[in-house]
Amino acid sequence: MDKLRYIGKPEIRVDGREKMSGAAIYADDIDFGPDLLFAEIVESEYAHAIINSIDTSEAEKLPEVVKVITGKDFPFKFGLYMKDRFIFAQDRVRFIGEQVAVVVARCPKVAKRAVKLVKVNYTPLPALTNQMDALKEDAPLLHEGLENYNHVPWFFPKPKTNVAHWRKTIKGDIETAFADADYVLEDSYEVPRYSHCPIEPHVAIGKYDLSGRLTIWASSQSPHTQRHVFAEALAPLGITHKDVRVIAPHVGGGFGAKAGVTMEIVAAAIAMKVPGHPVKLLWSREKEFYNTYQRLGVKTKLKMGVKKDGKITAIKHELYWDAGAYVEYGANVVNAVGLSAIGPYNIPNVWIDSVCIYTNLPPGGAYRGFGYSEFLFGLESHITRIALHLGIDPIEMRKMNAIREGDLTAYGAHMNRNGLLEAIEKVEKEMKSEDFKPSSPNKVIGKGFSLFWKAPAMPPNAASSCFLKFNEDGSMNLLVSGMDIGQGYLTVMAQIAAEILGVPTSKIRVENPDTDRNPYEWQTVASHVTWGSGNAVLKAAIDAREKIFAVVERTLFMSKESLYLEDECVKCKNDPSFALPLKNFVINGIMMEDGTFKGGPILGSGVFLPEFSSTKADPDTSQGGHPNVHYTVGAACLFLEIDKETGKMKVLKVVEAIDCGKALNPDLVNGQIIGGIVQGLATVLYEDMRYSDKGKLLNANFTDYKIPTSKDIPDNIVPIIVEVAQPDGPFGARGMGEHTMLPIAPMIGNAIYEALGVRITSMPITAEKVFMAYSEKK
Amino acid sequence: MKKINIKINGENRLVVVEPNDVLLDVLRDKLGVKSPKAGCERGDCGACAVLFNGKSVRSCLVFAIEADGQEIETIEGLSVNGKLSDLQEKFIEHNSFQCGYCAPGIIISATELLRSKQHPNIDEIKEAIAGNLCRCTGYTSIINAIVDVSKKQ
Repeated sequence: MDKLRYIGKPEIRVDGREKMSGAAIYADDIDFGPDLLFAEIVESEYAHAIINSIDTSEAEKLPEVVKVITGKDFPFKFGLYMKDRFIFAQDRVRFIGEQVAVVVARCPKVAKRAVKLVKVNYTPLPALTNQMDALKEDAPLLHEGLENYNHVPWFFPKPKTNVAHWRKTIKGDIETAFADADYVLEDSYEVPRYSHCPIEPHVAIGKYDLSGRLTIWASSQSPHTQRHVFAEALAPLGITHKDVRVIAPHVGGGFGAKAGVTMEIVAAAIAMKVPGHPVKLLWSREKEFYNTYQRLGVKTKLKMGVKKDGKITAIKHELYWDAGAYVEYGANVVNAVGLSAIGPYNIPNVWIDSVCIYTNLPPGGAYRGFGYSEFLFGLESHITRIALHLGIDPIEMRKMNAIREGDLTAYGAHMNRNGLLEAIEKVEKEMKSEDFKPSSPNKVIGKGFSLFWKAPAMPPNAASSCFLKFNEDGSMNLLVSGMDIGQGYLTVMAQIAAEILGVPTSKIRVENPDTDRNPYEWQTVASHVTWGSGNAVLKAAIDAREKIFAVVERTLFMSKESLYLEDECVKCKNDPSFALPLKNFVINGIMMEDGTFKGGPILGSGVFLPEFSSTKADPDTSQGGHPNVHYTVGAACLFLEIDKETGKMKVLKVVEAIDCGKALNPDLVNGQIIGGIVQGLATVLYEDMRYSDKGKLLNANFTDYKIPTSKDIPDNIVPIIVEVAQPDGPFGARGMGEHTMLPIAPMIGNAIYEALGVRITSMPITAEKVFMAYSEKK
Repeated sequence: MKKINIKINGENRLVVVEPNDVLLDVLRDKLGVKSPKAGCERGDCGACAVLFNGKSVRSCLVFAIEADGQEIETIEGLSVNGKLSDLQEKFIEHNSFQCGYCAPGIIISATELLRSKQHPNIDEIKEAIAGNLCRCTGYTSIINAIVDVSKKQ
C-alpha cells in the first residue's frame, strides 16, 4: 500500500471523452435563447488622442439596436495589480482598438452596422510607440495621475514620468567585481511583442437578472479573480461579491491571454445596463490580436563579469519594457523579471533594473513564461559567448555557475532543492550521442544549449481550496476552481484524490468551476495550480480519509491507525479479511446492532496558502523578502540545420530536461514539453507583430502572423523528466507548464553562432536576418 | 429567406436560412451542432472543418444555402451508439489534444484522410492536418494517434 497507484501514472484525461465526442461545451457554445443580445465595441482609431465628443444618436436610431453605452456610463477604474484602466475610455484613448463605446443589439449583424454610425470626435496627440522614446524627459505623459493610482505595495511608480514600476534588485558590489573581473562582456538584446493565439478567441456573456444578480460566463483562466475585479469595479452600482457569479466552461487555450481581466469586464458592465437580458461579447480573431494582453516587448542591456576560470562574479541587467497603454497586469511581469534576471546561476554581485514603461501600444500582460523567455534570450546568449571567449565548454561554464540548493538568489533568499545539474548532464549526454551530418554541401549544422528557470509570480497570499464529496456508489465530486486550460490540471487533481482515497480517477468527477459552487482559487497562472491547488486537494482528500477512519473506528471499534484505503474499500493492516466498501457507508453511514446509523455523507475540505512567502523587502535593493515560493529549473539543447545561401533554418532535434519535482502524470508532462517547445520555436522563427509608426497592428490575422502548422515542427523532440522532489509540493510536484518554452530563443541564437559564427541579438530570428548577418561577415 | 434541407450526421434537418448565412453559424446557432468552432472566420485555422459530402471544408467559408440537399458530418456523428470512432479513442489514448478546441476540426481532417488512404505516411498525415492550427500540443501526439489508427486499418 506504500506503492503509488495513481500518481506518476499516465492516467487517461478526465476530460478526454467529453472533448473527443464533441460534447465539451465552451463559453460560446452555450445557448441563451431568443432573448440573447449581442454587443460590439466602437474602437479607438488613434494610438493616443483626446475624446472631444461621442455622438451615438444615429446608431441608436437603427432598428434592433437596444442601447449604446459610452465611458460616461462607467467612470470606474479596474485592474489586477494597479488600477490604471477604465472599463471604457473616458476623455482619452491610449491604444488603437481601445473600447470607446459599445453597441448592444438584437442581432450581431446589426450591432456591427451600428458601430459604424457612432461618431467619435478626437484630437490626436503624439503617440509613443517605442519605450525608449517614452523614457525621454520631454516625452508626453500617458498617465498624468499616476501618483494617485492604487497598486499593490510591491510596485514603485515614478510620478511625472511614463515609468509605471521600477523593480531594482541589488546585491553585493558590482563595480568592484567588474573592476576585478578578467573579462567583461556587454551587449544589448531586443525581444519584440508576441501574441498568445489561443484558437478560441475571448468571449464573455453577462446577465444581470431582475433580482440584481450578475452572472458572467467567460472563457477564463481566472474565475475568482474576475469575480473580485468585477465586484470591485462595479461596487459603485451597488454590486457586492455575493451578487457576482462567474461560470467558466472549457477554455480553448489560454497561455496567459485569459488570465486576469480584459474584455470580460465590458460584458459585465454592459449587462448591468440591459437588466434581464443575457448579452454576449465575442472577440473576432483580429481583436484577439490587438485588444487582449500581448507579451511585452523588451530592450535589454546586459553586462557580465567573469574570472578566467569561467566563474561569474557580477551581472548588471537593465530591462526596459514596452508595457503598453495599461499595465494593470503587465507591471507584474516586469516585477518578476526584476527579481530573477540572473537566471539559474549563483552570482554574488547583482544589479537589476527592470523598468515598466507606458507606451501607446495595446496593454502587455501575462504570457506563458511571464517575462523569463525575454530575459533568457540575452542571458543565455551571453553565457555561451563568454565561455567561447574564455575557451571553456559552454556547458561546463554553466555547471560551474549553476545555482544549488541553499545558494542565495538575487534578492537574498535561499534557492530551493532542484535537479539542475542532473538536467544538464542528461541533456549533455543525449546531445553527445547525436551526430547529424548536413543534408547538402551548402548546409551547416549548429548546436545550441541553454538553461532555464522560472518561479511562479504570485502575491504572497494567493490561496487555493478544495471541497470533496462522495456519492452513493462511492464515486466522488471534487470541487476546485483552477482551470483546465488544456494542461490536464483536472486529471492531475483527480489523481491526487485517487491516490489518497483509493478510488480510481474514472470514478472522480472534477470539472471547471462556477464561483458560486466551487471554493476559492486565485488564478490558473504562474504554473502554480498543480502545486497550490494540488496541495488543497491533497488536504481535502486527507480530511475525508480521516473522517472515514473516524466513523469506522467509532462504529466497528477498529483503531484508526490500523486502517487504510485501497480498491474503494477501507482495509485493515491487522485483519487481511476486512474490506468495507466505501459505497456501503459514505453517504448513509454505518448501521449499528440496534438498527441506528452513525456517520453520514463524507465531505472533505482543504486550503492551501504559502504562508512563508512575503514581498516585504527593501525597495531600493529588493533584499529581505521571500517573494518567490520556489523555482523550477531545466536544461535544453537543439540541433539546427542552416542553408548558408538562404539563411533558411530547420530544427532537427530538441532535447529538454525539466525538474518538475514529481511528474504526477508523465504523459501530460511530456505533452507540456513538446507543446511548449513548438510555441517557443514559433516566437523565434515564425511570429512577428508588425506595427505601423502610428501604433496600428498590421498583421492581426493568421495569414500574416504565422503560428506553426503540423509541417513546421522539429523532426524529433526528446522530453526528459527530472524528479528532485519539492518538499512542500503534492507528492513532491512543482509546476512546469510555462517553463518548457523558455530556453528556445537562446538555443537558436547559440546554434546559429556555432554554425555560422554570427551572433543574432534580436528576435525574431528570420532566415533573412541570418542571411544578412552571414553575408556581412563574409 | 429559404428553407433548406441538410443531412447532418445521418439525419435530415430542415432549416430556414438567409442568403448570406454561413454554414458554420447555421450549424451552431440554428441546428445546435456545436463541435465546429469559430477560430478565425476566414479559413486560416480549420477549427470549423466539417465533412461536406465526405470532403473536409471550412464551414466558415461555405454559405449555408450551398449545403441544401447535401450531406454534412461533424464529430458528433462519428460515434456509433455511444461508441467513439477508433480515431477518437486513439486521440484520448495519446493525449492528442489539450484545450480541445481544435480537435473537432483535426479529427474531421484525419477522418477524411484515413477513409481515402488506409496507410498514409507521416508526410501525408502532416499535409492532411496542415490546415488545422493547434496552439497546445505541438502536433506530435496528434500525428502519433493517426499513425496508430492507420496501423490497425
